[in-house]
Amino acid sequence: MSSHDVMPEMSLYQPVRVEDAIGIANQFADRGWLVGGGQDTYGWLKDRAKSADALIDLKGIESMRGIKETADGIEIGALVTLTELSNNPLIKERYSLLAQAAGKVASPQIRNVGTIAGNVSQDVRCWYYRRGLNCYRAGGNLCYADTPEGMNREHAIFNASRCVAVTPSDTGPALVALEAQMVIDSASGQRVVSAEDFFVGPNVDITHTTVLGSGDILTAVRIPAKWANAQFYFEKVADRNAWDFALVSLSAAMRVNNGVIEESRIVAGAVQATPRRLTSVEQAVRGKARDEATANSVATLASRDANPLNYNHFKMPLMDNLVKRALRGQA
Amino acid sequence: MNQKLTRRRFIKGVIASGVAATTTSLWYSATGADRPAGAVERLLSINVNGQVRRVDVAPQETLAHTLRYKLGLTGTKLGCNRGECGACTVVADDVNIYACSTLTHEVKDKAVVTVEGLRAADGTLHPVQAAFVAELSPACGFCTAGQVMSAFALLKSNPRPTREEARQAMSGNLCRCGAYDHYLNGVMRASGQLS
Repeated sequence: MSSHDVMPEMSLYQPVRVEDAIGIANQFADRGWLVGGGQDTYGWLKDRAKSADALIDLKGIESMRGIKETADGIEIGALVTLTELSNNPLIKERYSLLAQAAGKVASPQIRNVGTIAGNVSQDVRCWYYRRGLNCYRAGGNLCYADTPEGMNREHAIFNASRCVAVTPSDTGPALVALEAQMVIDSASGQRVVSAEDFFVGPNVDITHTTVLGSGDILTAVRIPAKWANAQFYFEKVADRNAWDFALVSLSAAMRVNNGVIEESRIVAGAVQATPRRLTSVEQAVRGKARDEATANSVATLASRDANPLNYNHFKMPLMDNLVKRALRGQA
Repeated sequence: MNQKLTRRRFIKGVIASGVAATTTSLWYSATGADRPAGAVERLLSINVNGQVRRVDVAPQETLAHTLRYKLGLTGTKLGCNRGECGACTVVADDVNIYACSTLTHEVKDKAVVTVEGLRAADGTLHPVQAAFVAELSPACGFCTAGQVMSAFALLKSNPRPTREEARQAMSGNLCRCGAYDHYLNGVMRASGQLS
């Protein structure tokens, strides 16, 4: 792959109002590129694997900043950085799951500029795709990872559809567990999409990982009061303790009353193209104690129906064990 | 008939006004008047190490590029140029960031500090630098400027970190010589917890 020190010539816009950003985004359509922290952007451009005519830097938009309490929970501005998220007293107190997930992303420097919106909208990490190969996700007609010799240790074990890449986001599964709502602004107004429906797999749209289309801007993330101060479990397993993407991550929110799990949302990251809700596990543990026996009773339920590739069978027991650890009880 | 209005003068006049009209329209399209408002100005004033520097910056130019090749501040190193090594770490508004993965236009309203900005006016090293020297933290030294800046940012927000906190705070800086523990000793010494 050719490597370049500099990005190709393009223009840069720094709007200060959402309406202006939407106007610019619509004008450039597919040739405009929204930038938050930019940490998933500049590599694509330096590598010439993707290109744009204009960068639209959203960081000057004040209305997309800050974490505030609302009538039903909290609203997190799209530009809130992962560092802010992991240090925010309100998030730490009520939604520690999200604070933990944000604190495990990449490295301190990346968390200092990387935003919540960028973390959930970032593109997949499949190295064949990142290299600029014309694979299914890039609009071509083959997958380089899902071949007898393809290196697919970090790829999907569920719901692959031509593309076998996985969601790289650590906060995505936590937001799905917390039943977050994503606020999307566009020229035709504002729409609110549940975190679960925000992420899309290759069977729905193979060239996108979210419902965001051209001219759409994710402006805020709302977290309902429903899961505030619930019992949480977060664990991310990666090859390195810093800087790395998850091999499997697990985000769980459990409402426990008198030791009994009344309701739970258990979501795995990096096992398919979208955060994967483990509904069979959620149903199996409803009404049971959060203890070792319950953890053992679900055994391999999480990884049932998995379709591993050549090099990623290990993700099945890894995922099952993370589920067990989540259900075993509070550490 | 005005004898001064010769054919030659008349034609020259028409060409000149035509040229003026054409240039104006070209000028507008080239500067993007038909594009959405808000495209950035190339000429920037940025605050680096307490000094306001005027510099011509391309829209897609990274801060590392501006610092090294336009402002002559080559203390900031480029290792991977992909936000994966930390050699280019600088501090903007007291927060450590990768200069290779930041557009210069993104820091136009921030105070940037590079490794050149830490030394006192009389040449005295910053406590982090002095501690790194005392602990023989660098081996080859290529990652050192970045390590210094991360330690500097850490001690600003947390003047007495635990060793574990320091380890976490320094985890965005690779050292291929593997001198991590030496850097950690340096951070602990700079925070006055090791003497």
